[in-house]
Amino acid sequence: MKKVAIVGAGHTPFTFATEKTSVELFSEAAMDAINEANIKAKDIQALNLGNCLGDFSEGQAMLQSYVANDIGAFNVPATRFEGACASGSLAVRDAFIWIASGFYDLVLVGGVERAASIGTSLATRTFAMFTDSHYEYPAGMTFPAMFGMLTHLYSKHYNVPLEKLKEQMANISVQSHAYGIHNPNAQFKKEITVENVLKGFMVCSPLQLLDCCPFTDGAAVIVLASEEKAKELTDKPVYITGVGQSSSGRLSSQKDHLPRIKSREVSIKQAYDMAGITPNDVDVCELHDCFSIASIIAAESLGFFEFGTAGDAWAKGEAKIGGKIPINVSGGLKSKGHPIGATGPSQVAEIYHQLRGECGVRQVEGAKIGITDTLGGDGVICNLIMEKGW
Amino acid sequence: MEYKLLFKDYSKALGKGKLLGLKCSDCNNITVPPKMTCQECGGTNLEIVEVTKKGKIVTFTVVSVAPEGRENEAPYITALVELDQGPWIMGNIANVEPSETTMDIIGKEVKLSFRNFPGDRYAPGNQARPTFTLV
Ligand SMILES: [Zn+2]
Repeated sequence: MKKVAIVGAGHTPFTFATEKTSVELFSEAAMDAINEANIKAKDIQALNLGNCLGDFSEGQAMLQSYVANDIGAFNVPATRFEGACASGSLAVRDAFIWIASGFYDLVLVGGVERAASIGTSLATRTFAMFTDSHYEYPAGMTFPAMFGMLTHLYSKHYNVPLEKLKEQMANISVQSHAYGIHNPNAQFKKEITVENVLKGFMVCSPLQLLDCCPFTDGAAVIVLASEEKAKELTDKPVYITGVGQSSSGRLSSQKDHLPRIKSREVSIKQAYDMAGITPNDVDVCELHDCFSIASIIAAESLGFFEFGTAGDAWAKGEAKIGGKIPINVSGGLKSKGHPIGATGPSQVAEIYHQLRGECGVRQVEGAKIGITDTLGGDGVICNLIMEKGW
Repeated sequence: MEYKLLFKDYSKALGKGKLLGLKCSDCNNITVPPKMTCQECGGTNLEIVEVTKKGKIVTFTVVSVAPEGRENEAPYITALVELDQGPWIMGNIANVEPSETTMDIIGKEVKLSFRNFPGDRYAPGNQARPTFTLV
C-alpha cells in the first residue's frame, strides 16, 4: 500500500444562508486547495464530493460532475458520497484508498452543503431522513431528538445526575465558542457563558439551543497525493496513516451498546491499528460535536476518557490546548458550523493546518498526530488519522 | 430470498393491535421491528411470532422543534421502550403531558397501542406508528 499525503486545503467561510450556489462554494474552496497544492485542475485524476441535501436545498443532484467541469478538471471521474453528516469523510477515506492502491496519484476531495439555506423546518425534516423512515421516523425521530434521548440515557446509564451533566455539556459549548472566535472561517465568533446555554430555548429535552450546532452553508476541499507526487509538490506533506469506517442499524437495534455508538468503536479501532498508535499518541482531535452530549460520547469511544467520565474534561480544561487532549480547537461543529457534506473535509483541513503549525492563536504547539471523527445519521462513522510528514 | 415479514404486513398487524416479531430458531432471540435476518446472530431461520405489547421506558425526549409538516404535533414525546421480551422499539408516549415530563418516567411500565402516521411528501403514509401509554 502506498503512502497518501494531503498537499493542499481550501475552506470557504462557514455561514448562515448564503446566495452562492453549491457549485460556487465547492469550486471556490477547490481552487484554493489546488493553488495551495501547486497543481493545476487538469492534473487531477479524480474528484470525490460529499453532499447530502443538494436535491432539497437547490434542486441540484449530481453536483460532483458540474464542479469538476467548473474548476477545469474536464471529464474526470467524479463521484458523490452520501453518508449523512459523514458524507465528506467517506469521500476522503475513499480517495485515500484509491491512491493507496496505486490507481491514482492525485485526487481532489471535499464536500459542500447549504443546510442553512434550506431553513430550519425543512432542514429538520431532511436531517430526519438519516433515521429509519419506516420504523422510527413515524414516532417523530429527529436529530436533536436522538441526542436528547441519548442524553437522558447517558445520565441514567452512568448515574450522572442530569443537572450535573447539563452543566458539563454547557462547558463544551462554551469552549467551542471561545475557540471559534479565533477561526476566521467560523460561523459564530462570539463568546457564550454556561448561563447563556442553560437559559436557552429547549429544542428537544434536555438539549437547549446552545447545546445544538447550527445549520450552515459552506464547503471544504483537500488535495490528496501519492507520496512520490507529494514530494514534488511540498516540503510539508501531512500523511493519512490510518482510516476507519463503520455502519449501524436503526437506533433501536443498537440497544446493547447505547449510549455508546458501537460503529465508532469499530471504526476507530481500524484507524488506530492501521496507524499503529494509541489514543495517548494523539496531539489534537476534531470530533463530531453535533450536540454537546455528542462530544462526551465520542471522546469516550475514541479512548481519551473512561466511559461515563468525559463530562468533567471540559470544565477541568483537559480538552483545551495544553490539556490532556485538545478537542475541537477549530470551534467544532458548534461554533465553526456544520455544513454537513463539508464537515469531514473541514475537520481534515483543520488537522492538516494544525500539523503544519498554521493555526495562529488556536495552534496546538508541536502537534504531530491528529485525528478526525465524523458521525453520519444514527451510526455511520468515519475516523481518519493524520501525521506530520517531515 | 424473500422477507419473512415485510414492513407493510408489520404495520398492518400493528394497526389491528398485534405486535409481530421474528423468532430466531438458531439463537432463540426475537427481532422487532422485523429485518431480513436475526438482529442478534444474523441467522435466517426465522418465524413470525406475536410479541407481548408490554415494556419499560428506556429513554425519552420532549420534541419542541418538529420537522416540516409535523409542526402541529409539537410538543410530543419520542421514547425508546424495552419490550418485556427484549427488543427495543421507538414510539410516542401518549398519556403524559410533555411539559411535565422528567427523567422519572424512565423505567415506568408502558403498554403498546398505535396511532396512524399520515405520512408526508417523502415518507409513506397510513402506517401504524407505535404509541405507548403508562400503565
Ligand atoms: Zn438469531
